[in-house]
This record gives sequence, C-alpha cells and structure tokens, in this order.
Amino acid sequence: MTSATFPADPKPPAGWSRYFGFSTDAKVIGIQYIVLAFFYFLVGGFLAMIIRGELITPASDLVDRTVYNGIYTMHGTIMLFLFIFPVLNGLNNLLIPTMIGAPDMAFPRLNTAAFWLVPVFSLLLVSSFFVPGGPAAAGWWSYPPVSIQNPLGHFINGEFLWILAVALSGISSIMGAVNFVTTILRMRAPGMTLFRMPVFCWTALAAQSLQLIGLPALTGGAIMLLMDLSFGTSFYRAEGGGDPVLYQHFFWFYSHPAVYVIILPVFGIFSEIFPVYSRKPLFGYVYVALASFIIVGLGLVVWVHHMFPSGVSQWMRDLFMGTTMLIAVPTGVKVFAWLGTIWGGKLRLTTPMLFCLGGLFNFVFAGITGIMLATVPVDIHVSNTYFVVGHFHYVIYGAAVMGIFAAIYHWFPKFTGRMPYEGLGKLHCLLTFVGANLNFLPMHPLGLMGMPRRVSSYDPEFTFWNVIASLGAFLLGVSIIPFLLNMLSSWIRGPKAGHNPWNAIGLEWLLPSPPPVENFEDEVPTVISRPYGYGSGEPLVEHQEEIERRLELQEATA
Amino acid sequence: MTTSSPRPINRSAVLGVSLWVGVLVLLSHWMGQQAYHWLPVQASNAAPLVDGLFSFETALGTFVFAAVVSVMLWVMVFNRADKYDDSDAVPIEGNTKLEVIWTAIPFVLVMGIAVYAMRVNHTLGVLGPMEHIHAHNSTEIQGGYPGDRLPAEQVEVIARQWSWEFRYPGRNVSATELHLAVDQPVTFRLTSDDVLHGFYIPAFRLKQDVIPGRAIDFSLTPTREGRYRLRDSQFSGTWFAANQADVLVHSQDDYAAWLKQASGQPLQAGLSLASEEFSQRQQQKNPGWATVPPAPPPQVNVPGSPSLPHDG
Repeated sequence: MTSATFPADPKPPAGWSRYFGFSTDAKVIGIQYIVLAFFYFLVGGFLAMIIRGELITPASDLVDRTVYNGIYTMHGTIMLFLFIFPVLNGLNNLLIPTMIGAPDMAFPRLNTAAFWLVPVFSLLLVSSFFVPGGPAAAGWWSYPPVSIQNPLGHFINGEFLWILAVALSGISSIMGAVNFVTTILRMRAPGMTLFRMPVFCWTALAAQSLQLIGLPALTGGAIMLLMDLSFGTSFYRAEGGGDPVLYQHFFWFYSHPAVYVIILPVFGIFSEIFPVYSRKPLFGYVYVALASFIIVGLGLVVWVHHMFPSGVSQWMRDLFMGTTMLIAVPTGVKVFAWLGTIWGGKLRLTTPMLFCLGGLFNFVFAGITGIMLATVPVDIHVSNTYFVVGHFHYVIYGAAVMGIFAAIYHWFPKFTGRMPYEGLGKLHCLLTFVGANLNFLPMHPLGLMGMPRRVSSYDPEFTFWNVIASLGAFLLGVSIIPFLLNMLSSWIRGPKAGHNPWNAIGLEWLLPSPPPVENFEDEVPTVISRPYGYGSGEPLVEHQEEIERRLELQEATA
Repeated sequence: MTTSSPRPINRSAVLGVSLWVGVLVLLSHWMGQQAYHWLPVQASNAAPLVDGLFSFETALGTFVFAAVVSVMLWVMVFNRADKYDDSDAVPIEGNTKLEVIWTAIPFVLVMGIAVYAMRVNHTLGVLGPMEHIHAHNSTEIQGGYPGDRLPAEQVEVIARQWSWEFRYPGRNVSATELHLAVDQPVTFRLTSDDVLHGFYIPAFRLKQDVIPGRAIDFSLTPTREGRYRLRDSQFSGTWFAANQADVLVHSQDDYAAWLKQASGQPLQAGLSLASEEFSQRQQQKNPGWATVPPAPPPQVNVPGSPSLPHDG
C-alpha cells in the first residue's frame, strides 16, 4: 500500500502485463484469481466430459478403471480447490475493499503471497498426472486406507502430490481469510457500522471466519495422512492400532463448513443483486445479515451427517440429524427474504438477475433434497449414491456457479470499464440453466434406484437416466462458449461503462469504472444510511450528489 | 404467500391464493404417492418405513418448492418494470411479523421431520455393537469358519478388494452370493480385510460401511423372495464398481434346502470379476494407471452366478 497523500492519478495503471506479475493491488489480484480459476474450470470441466462420456454406457469402455478413478478424483479436487475457492477469493478481493471504501486489503503483501500459492499448488496437483502410477485416485475425500495404499511404492506418487497441494491450498486460504476478516473489521469507511455493511461483506466475513476455524482440522488430518502414506505411521491404519474413521472426522469437520464457505458469499451475491434489479430494498436486512452467522455456528456442528452409514453410533446419528435440520431455518430466512425483495418490485430481467433467479430455483431444490439427506433413514439408503452427487451439484453448480456468473456479469463493468453483451449473457444463462438441470436432475432417480457414486461401470437398469445426464453435461460444456466469447470480446472492445451502469446503490458504484488503484484514496465518503435504499430517496453517503456529478463530468470529458 | 402484498387485502386475491394453495396441496400429495415408484422393490422390513418417510418428505418438499417457484414466476410475469420505467419500487424494508412466521414454521417442520426420522431409526434398530477386532490371520480364514464364535443365525460378511464372501458359521457353508430366508431376522457381522467397503442392498434400503479393524453387527429382516443386488457403496479402489454380489431371498424351506445342499459342495473359487479383469489387463501393453492387485477369489462352496436378472 503506498501512502495516499499524493493527488489521484486519473489514468488506470498500465496495460495487461500487470496481471502477469506480482501485484499488491487487490483489484489486480482479484482478476488474477478469477482468470486463473476459470482456466482450471475448463480443465475440471474437460475431466467432467470424460466422466460423462464413460457413464453414457453401462460398461467400463471409454477409459481404464484406474484412469476413471483418477479423473473423477481430479475433477472434484480441481473444481473445489482450483476453481471455486480461488474464484470466490477473486470476488472477495474485488468487492470487499470497494464495497467498504478501503484503499486495498489490510495486508497487501500477504494477499499477493496467498494468490501466488495458487499457481504453485495447482502446478503441483496437475503434475501428478505425469508421475508414475498416475494421479491420486481415492476421491476428493481421500479416505484411508484406499488413499494410502500406494500400489507402486514410490515416494513421489499422485496421492503424495495431492496431499501437498491440498495442504498448500489450506495455507493459502488461511492467509486469505486473515486478510479478508481483518479488512472487513478494521477498514470500513467512516459511518459504515456493521449494520450498514453490504450483505456480501457479512457473508464474506462469516465464510472466512469458518475458514479460520475449520482449515486447521483439515490440514492436521492431511498431515497425518501424509505420514501414514509416506513414513509408515498408523494414525488411520487399523492393523497398527489406528482408525480410518478418525480421518473422516478431521476431513468433514472442515469440509462440511467448506460448503458454507462456498455458498455464503453466493447468498451475499443474491442479496446484492436482487435489490438492484427489483428496485427495492433487501427485505429484512438485519435478519439476512445475522442468519449468516447462525449458519456459521450450526455449520460447525453438523459434519457427522456425512458419516451416517460409517462407523458412528445411533445416538450420534440422531444428534447430528437434529443440528443439520436446524440449518434449514436460517437458510429459509434468506430464501424468503429474497422472495420478499423481488415481490412487488420493478424487475429488470438482465443477465445477472436471470442468473440469480435460476440460481435461487436450483438452490431451493437442493435445499429440499438436503433435508431428505439429513434424515438418517433416507440418508442410509441414498448416501454414497448419485442422489448425493445430484444434490451437491445442484448446490455447487446450480446455485453457487450460477451466482458467481451473476456476480461476474454484474460487476464486470465496474472492474474492466466495459459493458458485457446482454444477448450472449442471456444465451449463456439459458444454456447453463437447462444444461445443469438436465445433467443433475437425473442423478436423483439414479441414486434412489441404488446406483453408487464413483462407479466406472453400472448395471443396465441405470442406462436411461445416465444418457440424459451425459447429454446435459455436454450441453453444459457448450454453455461455456458464449461466456468466454462474451468476456473476451467485451473486455477488448465492449462499450465503455459509466460509473454506475445498473443504477445501483453501494460505495463501489461511487467509484469510476475501473476504480483507481487506491479506490477513494483520501476522500472516503462518510456512510449515512443502510445499504439498499432503493425507493427511499435517501443518499447512501454524505455529499453523494457532488460525488456523482464529479464522476459524470469525468465520464463526459473522457 | 401473497400476504406480504402492499396492497389492501381484496377478496378475489384471497380466493385466488387459496385455490392455488389447494392445487399445490393436490400436486404435493400426488408427488408423495409417485415417490414410491422411484425406489426399488421393498424387500426388507426397513423398506416401508424408509419409503414412507421419503414419500412424506417428497410431498412436503414439493409443496415448498412449488410455492417458492409460484412466487418467482408471478413476480417475473407481473412485476416487470416497463421498458422505459427507471423509477424504484415501493420501498418495503421488512415485516417483523412475517419474518417471525417464516422462521417459526420451518423450525417446527424440520423438528417434526427429525422426530419422525428418529422414531424410524429406533424402530429399525439395525445397528448393533461395534467391536474393535485384531487383524485377521489370513491362514485361519482360508475356507474355515470360526463357528464357535458366532450364533447360528449370524452371517459373517467379509469384504475385500474386490469380492464379497458370506459365511454361515455352524452350517459349514460359504458363498459369494448371499442367501437369506424370508421373514427371518438375520444379523450380519461385517468385517473388511483391507479398506473401507459399503454393505448396501438397495432393495433393503440399508447400508453400512465395513471398516477395517472393526466387526460391526447389523440386523435386518428380508420380507420378499427374489434376487437382489448388493453393491459396494464406499469407494474401495480400482474395481469398486465391479464389487457387487447377488442377494437371494428364499422361502424358509428353500433356504434350509439350499444350506443343506451347499454344505455338501466342495470348496471352489468364488466370483471375482476384478480378478478376471485384472488378468486380462495384465496382458495389455499400456493398461492405465497403477492399481492394487485384487485379492484372490475366496474359496467357497457356492460361487453363484453373476449374470442372472435381479429384481432390484
């Protein structure tokens, strides 16, 4: 962070090259995260195409079973650790400082280090495709003893690289979380009390607090796994007195909250975008903001629901069913609040709004199958079947990825200074929505019929729904084409964006598009009201008219 | 759903909403009935209980989902801004009464479901004690039966990479397909020789992980004669998908006859699709990535047949 005593430089800093070097500017780092994440989105998506290609027929006939297992393991790992966490950290970098009026993150160099760990551990992970024996092939849960069997006996093997990459990813995420939490707590604009903070920042604060609490458990568990794999310890080996179920507790103690790390910021995105395109305040702002922290509290005590059919006793099943059920309450509060927000509004069905509506549709569906999964007797039947795969792809792709697309279209003009194309955006939205439902809905009947997940072949009675799911997956593969076209062409030669093209309320919309390096620099406005004052006519900050007039003047002369 | 409307309540709106709620209730009831058809045949005492709960949740879920989607569609059709209308809508910031209601109703609903589900759990009582055991001595179990250890009606299930072996201690019978008598409670003793496996029979709606280092008691009662699939449900490595076995539920007479006949058969190699595929794979030049070799097929009295049609 440079000292902010010099007058603002009105020109955006030079060219494309800054995205390829070490930058401490959160807005550069944010875009670095997002672009790198989408590169891995394509890699993970390509692996998904192979998976669905294999599963379009019952026999194991496209790739060898070992290759299938490696590919589905890497699909999950890449999508979670190299796509969804980095892309969300990218949004955090772009949105948190601009939304709260901070010049940058609290620890800019830590931010740089956290980002640059991503290319490091991603290369480590991808390199495992090329070591003898192939990559890790025990699923993204990496449950022992399968994960520590190491068939070739080499010291450097796919699983070894996998554990190192996951541990480094955890370190990077902790570094990011320290930064995001500190920035939100310490660097808000004058007058921006917690209850005047945009909901996206509330959800980011909640999600990043979860990272700080949960990740140490995963990292500790992973280190013990590495010891078992490479140094002959037996933390999880039954024959040495260890217990494989112990690993499952470490793993899910973090990895269930990890789902909330993913979905909470998406709730934040929904809460930002519905008011803008409904022209109404967020319904029940305080409840929505606080519900995030109720989800954090409950989210930490539900992990055993991933282990109902594992080695846990009956009373634990009952207890964790109860806590899991309770999560439906704060989540329901949010869903009803969004409905209350759009109800009676003046809707504009722009690309970001359509993505949010589609995401909400998918999320409600996933919530209902989530309740089914929470009830132990039903879970016993469908756990580890395609029902679960369908459920979480509805959450992660149907809701989270659609919310992320909504965010990208909505804030694209702010951070690139260019408008994305609506036609391509709507086509992208339609293909994504149809493709996701076609791909993931058939997984539910498959699971109910008893098709286990992670299989490289299956009995012929499952063929029909698998063919539909594969066709949906290929459609999803196609859906990314209009997105990439839109992003590239509008970034290069899209129409210039004004400071507030959507007529939205928020500090970030009182900055030029793209914002200068230090955002508001010395002139951070004083916040005087709650966010989302649509229709109230109250200004968000002191001297708002003056700020807007100056921005318009700048745009007119540019 | 429409009570949050800022407009004064009018009779036709109330009537319309009530009618629509009625339609949704009918739809939900219908979906609840449909839910039974999405599941395999009911072949154990657990199945009707699980299916009843699932049907109830499907009906309730359909109602919630359809109601939410109705509101979304209504808004998308009737609350659109006119083309050149840049103005804001009426600012409603919240409604405490409504917020309390939509916190309380889901709370009551999910707690109700939880209590219902706990009752099902306790009625089923499938899970017995979990006993930590020492590693098997592999020579002891080759074709032998630790019969003195177990009650006669208990079936010992041994999961391996990648085969299932079922032993009937006291009857001197072992097989790679599971034979059970209809309406007779049976307790399994689940053990694994290597990694985690999942003992999952979809037609029975029951599943239990098999954990190395533990012997898990697991009880159920088959209620329908037929041939069903047992599938490994916890990822166990390369031939995980091929680690299936058939479950045959007989009448009690047929079951007794099968046991008698089986005990007279000599030990032979049991079914193991993994072993077959592995030996073919060994002949390929570049078969794929590394794998643990399959355990040799267990020596059993009755291998069974892998290719007969099953009921679920």
